[in-house]
Amino acid sequence: MKVGVITFPGSNCDEDALFAIVEQLQEDAVLLWHKDHDLQGADVIILPGGFSYGDYLRSGAIARFSPIMQEVVAHAKRGGPVIGICNGFQIACEAGLLPGALLRNNSLQFRSMPVTLRVESTDTVFTNAATKGALLTMPIAHGDGRYTADEDTLDRLEAEGRVVFRYVDSLGEPTAAANPNGAMRNIAGIANESGTVVGMMPHPERALEPLLGSTDGLVLFQSLLSAVRA
Amino acid sequence: MTLFRVSVHIVPRKGLLDPQGKAVTDALHTLGFSAVADVHVGRHLIIETQATDAKAAEASVKEMCSRLLANPVTEDYEIEAVKPV
Repeated sequence: MKVGVITFPGSNCDEDALFAIVEQLQEDAVLLWHKDHDLQGADVIILPGGFSYGDYLRSGAIARFSPIMQEVVAHAKRGGPVIGICNGFQIACEAGLLPGALLRNNSLQFRSMPVTLRVESTDTVFTNAATKGALLTMPIAHGDGRYTADEDTLDRLEAEGRVVFRYVDSLGEPTAAANPNGAMRNIAGIANESGTVVGMMPHPERALEPLLGSTDGLVLFQSLLSAVRA
Repeated sequence: MTLFRVSVHIVPRKGLLDPQGKAVTDALHTLGFSAVADVHVGRHLIIETQATDAKAAEASVKEMCSRLLANPVTEDYEIEAVKPV
């Protein structure tokens, strides 16, 4: 498996994602510059966290027009796996790969903390090895994470099993107190119709070794490996 | 072609939670402006663009709004003034 990690001006989790793939999964990975026109044969694309283009205009709004994103969109349309993490989720929404938008946290605070997620769907390339209903701990670090979409879109996402993760409390309940940003229906991550594109605000690449407080992000990468090798 | 200055307001869609607007409302209330009922925080853009006439300038800015300047999921825009520079 070869993973392409996109570096936009202002990305700051690209090296973390690369480290996760190369050092922890022992798989091949390459950094792709936003001005590149070629995915260099990558089977999977990671849109990493950060503040691409300084979050000017809106988070992710400018990144979507970069040359490499045209290739990423084409890759996704061919059924190629793409995961957008944090700013990458915002970019995926702006690029139309996923529905909805990520707005300013309702607290107006930048939230950097571990959260508990409940796995809502295992029918995606990035969660097929997870257990539905399992609780995972991962960090978040964002100011614009409030998932927002119209009611019809939310109902469709729910009906089609495309809500992938929800913010929950330690008992697994999606309470308001467990929601770090005011996301509608406590949504932390969603998938496209085919389950090949996933966007999420929490950082699985920062939850891969005990030293970092959690290894719960591993299951996403194990899912990816089994899906790509299948 | 003439250079036009086009002024655009982009605001959060009505009905969506606007925490910035609420924070400003609360701050104004704290300052004693108790008559303030609501505040919405958006963006104001001034775009200078070449066009054959004002109508064409407005049409072009409309397209800019729908393709980049406003997020169709969460924001509304209003083109306020189109004036030759």
